[in-house]
Amino acid sequence: MDKTTLMATIKEVVQPYTKNPEALATLNEDTDFIRDLKINSANLVDVVLDVEEKFNIVIDNDSMEKMINVRAAMEVVENKLAAS
Amino acid sequence: MTITTILEKLPYGESFLFVDTLEYIDEQKVTGSFTFRPEMDCYKGHFKTYPVTPGVLLTEVMAQIGLVCMGIYLTGGPAGLSFGLTSTHVEFMRPVLPGEKVTVTGEKIYFRFGKLKCRVTMINEQGETVSSGELAGMIIGPDKIRNS
Repeated sequence: MDKTTLMATIKEVVQPYTKNPEALATLNEDTDFIRDLKINSANLVDVVLDVEEKFNIVIDNDSMEKMINVRAAMEVVENKLAAS
Repeated sequence: MTITTILEKLPYGESFLFVDTLEYIDEQKVTGSFTFRPEMDCYKGHFKTYPVTPGVLLTEVMAQIGLVCMGIYLTGGPAGLSFGLTSTHVEFMRPVLPGEKVTVTGEKIYFRFGKLKCRVTMINEQGETVSSGELAGMIIGPDKIRNS
């Protein structure tokens, strides 16, 4: 999967949880889920579960803790897809 | 973990304990009940002319039985940690009057990364659905409670 598609899919996943539509509109690799998108930590769990479902992967606790921004989320997904 | 142990580990005091008994619990499902005592304070003001159980208290009964008891069962009620309610999506279908007994069933949707989400339904003694919805909570440390 190319990076553009991957980022677009992540954008789609976070959309229902973000409290900041401006940051969503300009979403890029540096976009932070909590600081920029204002996603609360409880909803961040749902973001991770939706990412699992979307890409058919399983995300462990360590990977989940790394997923603080779009870049980290893309890396986790790419690594899991490569390993599967 | 036994039902008695779970009830002992509930963090609520008498004025805000909304679980009388649990009938059943396993890793997927919990059933418990509570009777709204007519002398409860809320009925003096909700409403002034006729008493009806407030929806927030129905939600609280659903949360204590369907979410907190399940959370204690799944985690052992970890020392020094607490649960915080993080979301409620609840519909109310019927009123609950003073003295009515309600039975709550909670079914785990998931318990991942410290967050527990359950589908919860409440029925009255006639077996009619009073309210239902989805509730979620997270394990949080005592420091988080103080800072928030």
